[in-house]
Amino acid sequence: MIEIRILIQHPMETGYRHDDVGHLIKRNVINALSCRYDGVEVFRADLSSGISANPYVQFYTVAEASGDLEFTWIDDEGERGSERQAIVVKG
Amino acid sequence: MRFAGLALAAAALAAGAAGAQERAIPPGELKSGSAFLGPDLRALQNDDFANPGMLWVERGEKLWREPAGKRSIACAGCHKDASMRGVAAGYPKIDEASGKLVNLEGRINLCRSERMGAEPLRYESEELLALTAYIARQSLGLPIAARIDGAARAHFETGRAAYHLRRGQMNLSCAHCHDAQWGKRLLSETISQGHPNAYPAYRMEWQTMGSLERRLRACLSGIRAEMLPYGSQEYLELELYLAWRAQGLPIETPGVRR
Repeated sequence: MIEIRILIQHPMETGYRHDDVGHLIKRNVINALSCRYDGVEVFRADLSSGISANPYVQFYTVAEASGDLEFTWIDDEGERGSERQAIVVKG
Repeated sequence: MRFAGLALAAAALAAGAAGAQERAIPPGELKSGSAFLGPDLRALQNDDFANPGMLWVERGEKLWREPAGKRSIACAGCHKDASMRGVAAGYPKIDEASGKLVNLEGRINLCRSERMGAEPLRYESEELLALTAYIARQSLGLPIAARIDGAARAHFETGRAAYHLRRGQMNLSCAHCHDAQWGKRLLSETISQGHPNAYPAYRMEWQTMGSLERRLRACLSGIRAEMLPYGSQEYLELELYLAWRAQGLPIETPGVRR
């Protein structure tokens, strides 16, 4: 069993805030976050407004074989991010 | 009798001068802002992975190695293998070349304009916060040790006056809350001693990283006083006084605050 922690730098703009001159700031949050382990999806989260900026996500999975952990996310503006981390299982 | 009277007056004068050096909060009672946080935020600050401020520290490390400006030189180009450990603990300080008081942000921008031929970074820009946090982080745990002798002396005195000046519609000085009332409640929050040792810090209210000057502005806005522009002389002098006041407190950058 391994613990996986993700911290993403993102404003997670709620869509309810106004800027200095009173215009509504458009909502822009990471709406989908997914983690694949050795090609198999092991974790997925649908995020929405109400989650703090720079979200921190933590979950557990079972490590059975060596492989890559691949994280992908997408925000409301369609911007995608990804990160890859190798996991080595010994013995 | 007459001589005795004079001697007494002289003694009183000397006591007055010493009194100016007296600390409202004795060194043994200094408490970092983290002592006024709840256990959850304190845990967040102390966990290097979960602390969101570390995102800026990481970015700062990248920027440190990235060439910039007309001379296309990176910070790491001059500060080759020199560690920046301990550097942040000495700021604000007098820049020897210009004789001016600068804080760490100002020092970074001086390096940019004078050595790299680069545009100074805007105050509160992600880049400047990242670089400042990266440099300050290397002094983690070291005591604040800003110097107030020599040319810094006059700035220190002005800073002390600024700290004790009543301001704004609420007619409060910094000392009214942070010297006289710390530890008590202000609405739902505990008033801290107002130390600068965790900045730049990640503040929950901002949902992002901010400099000490941004925090000072937040205080000024809270007492309905006029906010000064970033990097102004009065802030720098106030920062020097705050550093002296916090002398000995360990640096915690990037701190997490409410």
